[in-house]
Amino acid sequence: MKTITAQKPFEEIIEALGEIEKVFLVGCGTCATMCQTGGESEVLQMKEKLEEAAKIVTGWMVIPTACDDLTKEALRENAESIEQAQAILVMTCAFGVQTVVGWSDKPVYPALNTLFIGKEDAPGYFSEVCMQCGECVLAWTGGICPVTSCTKGLLNGPCGGTNNGKCEVDPEKDCAWTLIYKQLEKQGRLDIMSKYQPPKNFQAVVKPGKILIKREGAM
Amino acid sequence: MTRPFREVLNSGKFVITSEVAPPKGTNLEKVLHHIDLLKDKVDGINVTDHQSSVMRFPSLGIVILIKERGGEPILQMTCRDRNRLALQADLLFAYSRGVRNVLCLTGDSITVGDHKQAKAVFDLDSVQLLRMVRTMESGKDLGGNELNGAVEFCAGAIVTPEAQPIEPQLIKFEKKVAAGAEFFQTQGIYDLDNFRKFMQYARQFNTKILAGIILLTSAGMARYMNKNVPGVFVPQELIEELASTPKEKVLEKGIEIAGRMIKTIKEEALCDGVHIMAIGREELVPDILAAAGI
Repeated sequence: MKTITAQKPFEEIIEALGEIEKVFLVGCGTCATMCQTGGESEVLQMKEKLEEAAKIVTGWMVIPTACDDLTKEALRENAESIEQAQAILVMTCAFGVQTVVGWSDKPVYPALNTLFIGKEDAPGYFSEVCMQCGECVLAWTGGICPVTSCTKGLLNGPCGGTNNGKCEVDPEKDCAWTLIYKQLEKQGRLDIMSKYQPPKNFQAVVKPGKILIKREGAM
Repeated sequence: MTRPFREVLNSGKFVITSEVAPPKGTNLEKVLHHIDLLKDKVDGINVTDHQSSVMRFPSLGIVILIKERGGEPILQMTCRDRNRLALQADLLFAYSRGVRNVLCLTGDSITVGDHKQAKAVFDLDSVQLLRMVRTMESGKDLGGNELNGAVEFCAGAIVTPEAQPIEPQLIKFEKKVAAGAEFFQTQGIYDLDNFRKFMQYARQFNTKILAGIILLTSAGMARYMNKNVPGVFVPQELIEELASTPKEKVLEKGIEIAGRMIKTIKEEALCDGVHIMAIGREELVPDILAAAGI
């Protein structure tokens, strides 16, 4: 499971930084490196572009996993160059950005947009696998998620927008419910598809998500 | 005075419905003209709900106008823009103003319309929406609370007989029947052989089927629909018939084709009626009916 990110337009980053001149750059060695949005080479490219835009980069680092607690240590190790900066520009997912926020008093700016939790199907092609609805439906959908993969998140079968097994919003995109049908047919379980599915409980995960999972044997 | 739509549906009469589109703005002149033209010629007038996800005057507003002018409105209701609270509230209001028919639809995707950055709702789907209507008729809302004054609707749905693949579509059709869909208006159909096959299947269910008839206005439009409109298939011979007609006569030809199809469907008693969609040319519906000998 990886967090898929995309770089913000450089102009947006410059506009957000505004008067800020000196920045420290943070990248991530995990998801953002895999997406080629915040790995070492992207951090160095960003450094170059910022310098071309008359900014001063006081230092940079690529934290192995920016969302990890070790981010605190990594920031401490670079305390001197961070201190010289007026802001930290973070090239990680929003989780990494917020982890940096938690361990630094400097203003923190995101350089990436966090898109979804997904996988890389082919080089550069990413797709969403789960949107964390809190009520997993995969048991009765042949293991294919309509909440995520159907553009309308339909629970009772395809809409009229199915076009030769593709979706009305994108002729390249498979219709999730056509895939589900084919899978259930292959498994001889089409009867499952005939079962009425009631409206989804959109409070299965409260917003913002928060839960105490009681573990057996724990205090 | 128009008869209640449910009564017509169950009368054995060949049912004819058509539709009008709300304006983009507050100028109701054209839609009122269409309503006046249609109200005594058809058994029900659908009002589209932000058709193709294009923001317009609400269908709820137009159905009330139809009611006031003595017509029999069918409120189209999609799940795209309203959550279950708003859908129920609109049904309460519609019922209070004498609206008794509702067509339950999923709704097009936001991204095909003119507000592409809007948040898509889809809190319910079309099957759940149908069941919601039936729940409200029992005197309860979807939260299980008592309603002070219930509703009663003749509820319908849509089906796409030309969908590819058809099997998942039929499973959903059956779910809609089980959810209480009293009638179906189909997506536009042109291939009557294929439609006969669909009807052989659909006949076994206790519901009424109205075949969707979309007026063809040119060969280009037919080709465009084949390429871009999911579930619509215009056979080559119809395209050629339009293409070989001189430009100034092509609209007449489209009317003739629609009339001919309706006539065949009626004579063969292929299904229970037709739903005529003259997309943007609603004033031609009486001509189509005349061409069909109705």
